[in-house]
Amino acid sequence: MSSEVRKAAASPLRPRAWNRAKPVVGALLALAAAAAWWLLFSNLDRFAGWLVFDVFGMSAASALASAIAFFVYEAPKVMMLLLVVVFAVGIVRSFFTPERTRRLLAGRRQALGNVLGSLLGVVTPFCSCSAVPLFIGFVTTGVPLGVTFSFLIAAPMINEVALVLLFGLFGWKVAGLYLATGLLIAMVAGWVIGRLRLEGWVEGWVYETALPAAAGTEEKVRWTGRLALGRDAVKDIVGRVWPYVLAGIAVGAGIHGYVPQDFMASIMGKGAWWSVPLAVLIGIPMYSNAAGIIPVVQALLEKGAALGTVLAFMMAVIGLSLPETIILRKVLKMPLIATFIGVVGVGILIVGYLFNIVL
Amino acid sequence: MKIEVLGPGCPKCMSVEQNVRKALAELALPAEVEKVTDIQQIIQKGVMSTPALVIDGKVVLQGKNPTVDQLKQLIAKGQG
Repeated sequence: MSSEVRKAAASPLRPRAWNRAKPVVGALLALAAAAAWWLLFSNLDRFAGWLVFDVFGMSAASALASAIAFFVYEAPKVMMLLLVVVFAVGIVRSFFTPERTRRLLAGRRQALGNVLGSLLGVVTPFCSCSAVPLFIGFVTTGVPLGVTFSFLIAAPMINEVALVLLFGLFGWKVAGLYLATGLLIAMVAGWVIGRLRLEGWVEGWVYETALPAAAGTEEKVRWTGRLALGRDAVKDIVGRVWPYVLAGIAVGAGIHGYVPQDFMASIMGKGAWWSVPLAVLIGIPMYSNAAGIIPVVQALLEKGAALGTVLAFMMAVIGLSLPETIILRKVLKMPLIATFIGVVGVGILIVGYLFNIVL
Repeated sequence: MKIEVLGPGCPKCMSVEQNVRKALAELALPAEVEKVTDIQQIIQKGVMSTPALVIDGKVVLQGKNPTVDQLKQLIAKGQG
């Protein structure tokens, strides 16, 4: 706001004309930025080939050249996608708050509630460190336990960073599959937990906590505010994940260049039935954000690992994270935590096998 | 004036506390700053997403990591 004031003061002659022109100038600038982005993005592969094979003069057959070409192409591509998508998601999330989501979910029946809970889990801004207050806020104000779980499963599993990486490295089909099956798992797992009537396994003090009635602070957000929120999201998320993205792509590049073709086929291929449960078991205690794991996974897929196995591994790593489960231990008794991990784990297994069979 | 920073201790919550102190120093205002980490106390304020900021018992911000400038505005508003 202060910059507007300064600008108006700097051009006292025509502040009105400037105010009227501002949205137009802004739109033109955005358009120019989008065009530049697209031009750069669509020429990245040519640039990478030129740099590695012409400028560095490396032989296309060498493992090192192939690894470097992979990195030089994938790293800027993923970073560029990340910038745009995180910005857009930041703007979408400005339309949702945990309070609004709670109001939408309170008193919902099963089934419809689970569908809605999962979808809202994707778009509601949520940090796993506030999982506990959010859980209490939900269940004490009439959001059914199963619906709350649908939300809590979808929120970490389907995140923008994972989707960008999947889209960038695997294409839209795999990204779409991940989105659809992730949502399905959140819906069904939440529904199952709701049907099992496990309220008795929530710590007793949770339901005794009285929430003050009108607690939420609703603030009106203007469009300039939403743009600022998008920018903040970029600063926050991209600023946090870029080292993991680059490290992940570097490891992926190494696998791409040096691991022999079809090396993974025997270990993570379709033929090995035990690979899916193993992938889930290894994935659950692994705590990595989507940014670090997906480039590695892409390289594995290229070397003959089966897509279902790879998807199952990824979902187990991202969706069932140990730290979040430990945080939830404050409000959930052990049997409920075990049920939660069990139900989601089985869902991931089914998805893994399904893709191995279908594709 | 009493300012409470609500959060179970994630990195964001700590940065909010630091920024509150910075904002107060820049405004040259005396205020009591308290960090609330107990989940039950946080819930009882009606807060579901952390970090949250409470000025004189009123929730003015939740689920955000504001800049020092934004905090200065909020504090000035809470005072007047």
